[in-house]
Amino acid sequence: MEKVKVSIVGGSGYTGGELIRLLLFHPNVEVIEVTSESYTGKFVHKIHPNLRKSTTLKFISASELQPCDLLFLCLPHNSSQNQIDRFKNLAPRIIDLSADFRLKSESEYEKWYGHKHARPELLNEFVYGIPELHREEMKNAKYISSAGCNATASILGLYPLFKNDLVDEERTVIEVKAGSSEGGNKVNEGSHHPERAGVVRSYMPTQHRHTAEILQELSFGKIINVHFSATAIDIVRGLLATCHVFLKKDLQEKEIWKIYREAYGNEPFIRIVKESEGIYRYPEPKLLSGTNYCDIGFKKDEFSNRLVVISAIDNLMKGAAGQALQAFNLMYGFDERTGLEFPGLHPI
Amino acid sequence: MFAKLKKWNKEKMKAECPVCGAMIDLPEGTVVGELIECPDCGTELEVESLNPPTVKEAPQEEEDWGE
Repeated sequence: MEKVKVSIVGGSGYTGGELIRLLLFHPNVEVIEVTSESYTGKFVHKIHPNLRKSTTLKFISASELQPCDLLFLCLPHNSSQNQIDRFKNLAPRIIDLSADFRLKSESEYEKWYGHKHARPELLNEFVYGIPELHREEMKNAKYISSAGCNATASILGLYPLFKNDLVDEERTVIEVKAGSSEGGNKVNEGSHHPERAGVVRSYMPTQHRHTAEILQELSFGKIINVHFSATAIDIVRGLLATCHVFLKKDLQEKEIWKIYREAYGNEPFIRIVKESEGIYRYPEPKLLSGTNYCDIGFKKDEFSNRLVVISAIDNLMKGAAGQALQAFNLMYGFDERTGLEFPGLHPI
Repeated sequence: MFAKLKKWNKEKMKAECPVCGAMIDLPEGTVVGELIECPDCGTELEVESLNPPTVKEAPQEEEDWGE
């Protein structure tokens, strides 16, 4: 079987590095080119040292890109939309890992990103990238826009509840605790080790851009409100979303189990983690490092209608590169687990 | 005895976990009072009866997580 020829645009960042790692070991893929303007001419493994002896590819400039079957775009936000015509001419299929084509509404994009979208007429050409929600659309998609990491954990955690109209639409509070790799590989004063180490830094208490994606995917035609906060903590990979919702009716935990089982029982990368004994009773991001799993747990407050949903992922995997590869597998009709079977490490 | 075992193989005995609602297979030879673990929620369960097959939560040692 002929391999799918792919190239990665913007391959020197953490997401790009993870994607290269996954694609190099995918049995149906050949990585043709990887671009980086900052590191043109250098070996890919110079920037991603975990790939030593896995590839001899060198970074090229995006201006030198040759046509291929599919392009993965790992560019900074607000880059893809300004070059999209060129990319479309180079490849019939595109998976964009930036935020440029996640939102369907031009006005929502402007509201949350603070500037006009360069190509609003293309927003509806892209399928939103969470496979568990848009699997059928992905099978015939030409263009996919991978979801934000915080949004992915939040949406997957809450999707069964909103889909079944079980929660008060006005009162959803999500608190995400996130690792430093979410901030990318560009240094700043705040990422300097003496400043970053040991922090519990409330970096976006309100108005995080991922809120827009969460609203888009959970509204089901209704007006809903989601109150989202993000806190940086002292881990490199992973994030934990703690979501507080208020149930419209008094469901018992057994009924909530049933709802989650119905939604995710057959999903290869979603696990319901809610155990009555042991150390890891609820989702723990540490155990998910390098995996494509999203672990979801919940606990109903016995004294109120509050339900706490806890969702964990590796932000670079299920929140970025892993999710994109799962979508790629669906696009080409491969088993969607291909290249994503790593079960994680314990202890770590 | 042989007939009973044959029946067990044909129709796998299942009991519902009282905590999470999972349908749990009771392995051949399960006896009343035996302890099993729910594969979904990890709760330790005690086989209460085989006809009909039912299980209940086994008494657990409390752990103090709130100090």
